[in-house]
Amino acid sequence: MATQNTRTLARLMMAPSVVVLLIWMAVPLAMTLYYSFQNYNLLTPMNVSFAGFFNYQYFYTDPAFFQSIWNTLVLVLGVLAITVIGGTAIALLIDQPIFGQGIVRILVISPFFVMPPVAALIWKNMIMHPGYGVFADIAKFFGAQPVDWFAQYPLFSVIIIVAWQWLPFATLILLTALQSLDSEQKEAAEMDGANFFNRFIYLTIPHLSRAVTVVILIQTIFLLGIYAEILVTTNGGPGYASTNLTFLIYRTARLGYDVGGGAAGGIIAVVLANIVAIFLMRAVGKNLDK
Amino acid sequence: MARKVTTGARIGWSIAAWVVALLIFFPILYAVITSLKTEQEAIAGFSLIPSGTFENYVTVQTQRDYFKPFMNSVILSVGSTILALIIAIPSAWAMAFAPTKRTKDILMWMLSTKMMPSVAVLLPIFIIFRTFGLLDSRVGLTIMLTLINLPIVIWMLYTYFREIPGEILEAARMDGASLWKEIVYVLTPMAVPGIASTLLLNIILAWNEAFWTIQLTTTNAAPLTAFIASFSSPQGLFWAKLSAASTMAIAPILILGWFSQKQLVRGLTFGAVK
Repeated sequence: MATQNTRTLARLMMAPSVVVLLIWMAVPLAMTLYYSFQNYNLLTPMNVSFAGFFNYQYFYTDPAFFQSIWNTLVLVLGVLAITVIGGTAIALLIDQPIFGQGIVRILVISPFFVMPPVAALIWKNMIMHPGYGVFADIAKFFGAQPVDWFAQYPLFSVIIIVAWQWLPFATLILLTALQSLDSEQKEAAEMDGANFFNRFIYLTIPHLSRAVTVVILIQTIFLLGIYAEILVTTNGGPGYASTNLTFLIYRTARLGYDVGGGAAGGIIAVVLANIVAIFLMRAVGKNLDK
Repeated sequence: MARKVTTGARIGWSIAAWVVALLIFFPILYAVITSLKTEQEAIAGFSLIPSGTFENYVTVQTQRDYFKPFMNSVILSVGSTILALIIAIPSAWAMAFAPTKRTKDILMWMLSTKMMPSVAVLLPIFIIFRTFGLLDSRVGLTIMLTLINLPIVIWMLYTYFREIPGEILEAARMDGASLWKEIVYVLTPMAVPGIASTLLLNIILAWNEAFWTIQLTTTNAAPLTAFIASFSSPQGLFWAKLSAASTMAIAPILILGWFSQKQLVRGLTFGAVK
């Protein structure tokens, strides 16, 4: 019964959200694109001139650029590996008939609700600190030399913190998917003589594949933008050892006051994010058709 | 379930699960414990038993004016969520109940705005905010948080609204209900649970947002994310006090989060996993 009236009304109801999002998407992005072709430094705002592709060239030939791209890759893939494998294992564990399942679930998902600066500072000061952290206490207990995590393994340390934050997300989604696996199907497989291993390979994994895809894609979107965890722990260092692309752009733009360079980096980040986004949109879009 | 599980196996699985759960929860627990220690105890080596002082909580308030960033967090997260709901509810309602050929494209496009890396538009936003005097203002940051969470809010509401059977609306229409009555008496009661879930999840997301809140504030509008991040400077290294501030910063949202586990899955996967 979609009359002309209803349709007009529907359009009116959608208008505010569409207009707001259109402005939010188009205006800043257009400005970034414009700035990326300008020589524009906030310290000398009077000297703005056309730069051609200089900013891109500058950003592209900066040795920190390739390191930051590499760090971004390692960070995203490292966290994904830990959270997907760990999340699957923990979800399978919680899905067993255990005592106090509700409380176990609550304990496991809790890190997800901890704001990034708090998570990073707890790990930096109380867990991984070379002098007073819990890891150092454990090392000393065994007579070993405590590790200075953020100086010796800066990127790895950031990966650990971020993985701790995202492990609950992966676990929760995989657990939800596991619990929707038909128990009759499981029993039928058991009756047919499939052992735990076979049931896992032929029943559980295919069932989980969709949830794993969703976990990977959604986490990637967030992981590409990791910022606060780096800011409060290593500040991108030592050198550029734990600087990801987001942090490099932040450094160029806000600490270097280089609007043009930061904008060129921003456009590169948009292109990278879009590659991931296309895959995510397909996965979500398929679901919409059902 | 007809599956029989021996008590032994059950105890074994339970122990394993509890050990893993406690290990994962440990950093949070340890921060709470440290918040109840004195500064000397906090750096005196591993101990799970604090002296039980609440001094740190008092000091954080008296020395660093904790209440201000806390209120900023409340105002920003609740304010941006309500603003987002006001914009999103009509939109999601229209797409769920009067879909057209382009509805799906519009939804996908809205989702795509969420994928834009924040850092790519950092400078334009910074310059716009500076031009309009919105830097370090609660109004500016509320707008910002509304914008970044709006796509998720619309999507979540849409997946909830879509589950409300259309026949009920048609029945109401047959009975001569006007559009207004249809919305107030038929749709609203059925939509309230979905709206509540969306509200809850979005408050959590806004509370924990740690890019724009740190970039666009200094002191006035700084919420807890920016406040805690300022503890990373060397002169701010008082662990017991940091722990007290951290505990208070995460406690409200942790409790909200425990109540919204199910909605979390749904909201963050855009309905792809239920």
